[in-house]
Amino acid sequence: MSIRVSHLNKRFGDFIAVNDVSLEVASGELVAFLGPSGSGKSTILRIIAGLEQADSGSVFFANQPADHLHARARGVGFVFQHYALFRHMTVANNIAFGLRVRGLGRSAQNRRVGELLDLMGLHGLGQRYPNQLSGGQRQRVALARALAPEPQVLLLDEPFGAVDARVREELRHWLRRLHDDVHITSIFVTHDQEEAFSVADKVIVINQGRVEQAASPAEILDHPATEFVARFIGEANVYDGIVQAGQIAVGKLHVPACGLPDGTSASAVLRFYDLKFWREEAGIARVIRTMTLGDRVKVEAVIDDGPVIYSQFPRRSSLLAGIEPGCRIQIEITLARLYPHGDLPLQ
Amino acid sequence: MSGRWLGRVNTMFRFGVALDPGAGGRLVRVAVLTYIGGLVLLPLAALTQHGLAGGLAALWESIQAPGARHALWLTLWTAGLMTLINALMGTATAWVLVRYRFSGRAMLSTLVDLPFAIPTLVTGVMLVILYGPRGLMGTWFHDLGIKIAFAPPGILLALLFVTLPFVVRAVEPVLLEQDPAEEEAARTLGAGSFTIFRSVLLPPLLPAILSGSVRSFARALAEFGSIVVVSGNIPYKTLTAPVFIFGEIEAGAPQSAAAVSLVLLLLAIVLTYAGRMLERLAGVRHV
Repeated sequence: MSIRVSHLNKRFGDFIAVNDVSLEVASGELVAFLGPSGSGKSTILRIIAGLEQADSGSVFFANQPADHLHARARGVGFVFQHYALFRHMTVANNIAFGLRVRGLGRSAQNRRVGELLDLMGLHGLGQRYPNQLSGGQRQRVALARALAPEPQVLLLDEPFGAVDARVREELRHWLRRLHDDVHITSIFVTHDQEEAFSVADKVIVINQGRVEQAASPAEILDHPATEFVARFIGEANVYDGIVQAGQIAVGKLHVPACGLPDGTSASAVLRFYDLKFWREEAGIARVIRTMTLGDRVKVEAVIDDGPVIYSQFPRRSSLLAGIEPGCRIQIEITLARLYPHGDLPLQ
Repeated sequence: MSGRWLGRVNTMFRFGVALDPGAGGRLVRVAVLTYIGGLVLLPLAALTQHGLAGGLAALWESIQAPGARHALWLTLWTAGLMTLINALMGTATAWVLVRYRFSGRAMLSTLVDLPFAIPTLVTGVMLVILYGPRGLMGTWFHDLGIKIAFAPPGILLALLFVTLPFVVRAVEPVLLEQDPAEEEAARTLGAGSFTIFRSVLLPPLLPAILSGSVRSFARALAEFGSIVVVSGNIPYKTLTAPVFIFGEIEAGAPQSAAAVSLVLLLLAIVLTYAGRMLERLAGVRHV
């Protein structure tokens, strides 16, 4: 079932949580709402589920307005960050809850619960109570409970936020595989870009209650639509400056600003991995330190007469040869993005 | 320094590891057991022995005496009715305290605890001043033909006053632990308000509500100070069991006093045990 949201607004007191948001999720798609905490992404999800009332705007399921529908009548499966399992019920009763309130027969309930326990790799845990399970198991029970009544839409609010990194990885994998199996229209909320990009078909970047960009992961990485997306996605150096002679000067580093007229005030966004550093005595910067991050190395340097700049290299990169704290380096910009202030970005 | 010490205490509680008792540990244990045993068990034994001195038949006869029987019955039904009201209103009060943020919330919480701090005799005096025949509310109710002070409603009010915190404070911690997302989850799964209340909210609260109720019932059986002032102590009408016992002692009838006392004692022991069981179920007691 497709979901469409049009001109949604929601305030909490003086705080504008959702600011004129419109977006679309095609039937069978797996979409991530990605944004920093407090960006309004969870609120949008909760409005879609009917758990929160929008001040204005509409939600459509399969092109039918759903605003008048109570949460219980929307046929939406919802998974909460902290599981929200019924503590006094066994795993099996938790999963059967949605079937029971719909008045499904005992044997049909049991059959469906058995199916879901198998599907979720929870075989044999039906008689346990939630507090006897690990975090990853609990979230799979929550997922099974949400899926039991065969909802048309699955909504997940920071579903992997409460488990440790290894389990999170495993659950992401689960979600992706599950979606490939059952093709249920799904939206999950996350502040973790790696999670959004590795799981979703489409990512909707949300900031300060607004949609910044809605596109495929590759599109967002290669063509960030706004300065916020460029800053937020991937790690980047951001410098504000004024265009002079077709470039912005950041200390001794000159960022090309082709197409922008002189005198334009703009932000230059330089991704860590769009920069090349190499050792050269006549360079324009001095290395302060290098940090090994697993398979990558992050290099911190100070531009002459300018600010700090970071770059990142694969651990075995030849560019790293001779780079050590105190040495002089040359900098090459492979790709720079410029966002004029108060105006739309130039491609 | 103090932080580390606190951390250590914390670890102790969490894992139930006692401090090294050191030398003399046995002595301390024996001393505590003797102290508590002597203080609590000896009087219990003495009362039981005294109450049963004339044999079970004599005990039964003393309880069956009309005055005693009426006093016990009055105490039981007023305490029972009070417990029902407490279970309902106490749970509602805890709900309001936990789930809502409003000005006056801190004051409400203080008011709930206040009855424990007020001497019960003073409670009785306050109620008589307000609900007595010439009291502000008393005259009003009198005109409606309802008698409150020196009648069972007065007893009920006194009991409700002195047991106010029990259910509230029993339910509060369990409610605090409950994640409102559980209700939302139930809603998205298709449950209506009543189903959510019955199968999601109530079951985890039930042991706490019951344990608070049992505690307040037990407390009501023992209430003397407020009732002796507010009830008027009219035999066969407003004389409760504790006040009856006091009267029998004063009148030089220790046998009858002991018999009724024994009944109250028995109830108290059963209720204490029930309360402990329920608290363990509610997860607020571990010993």
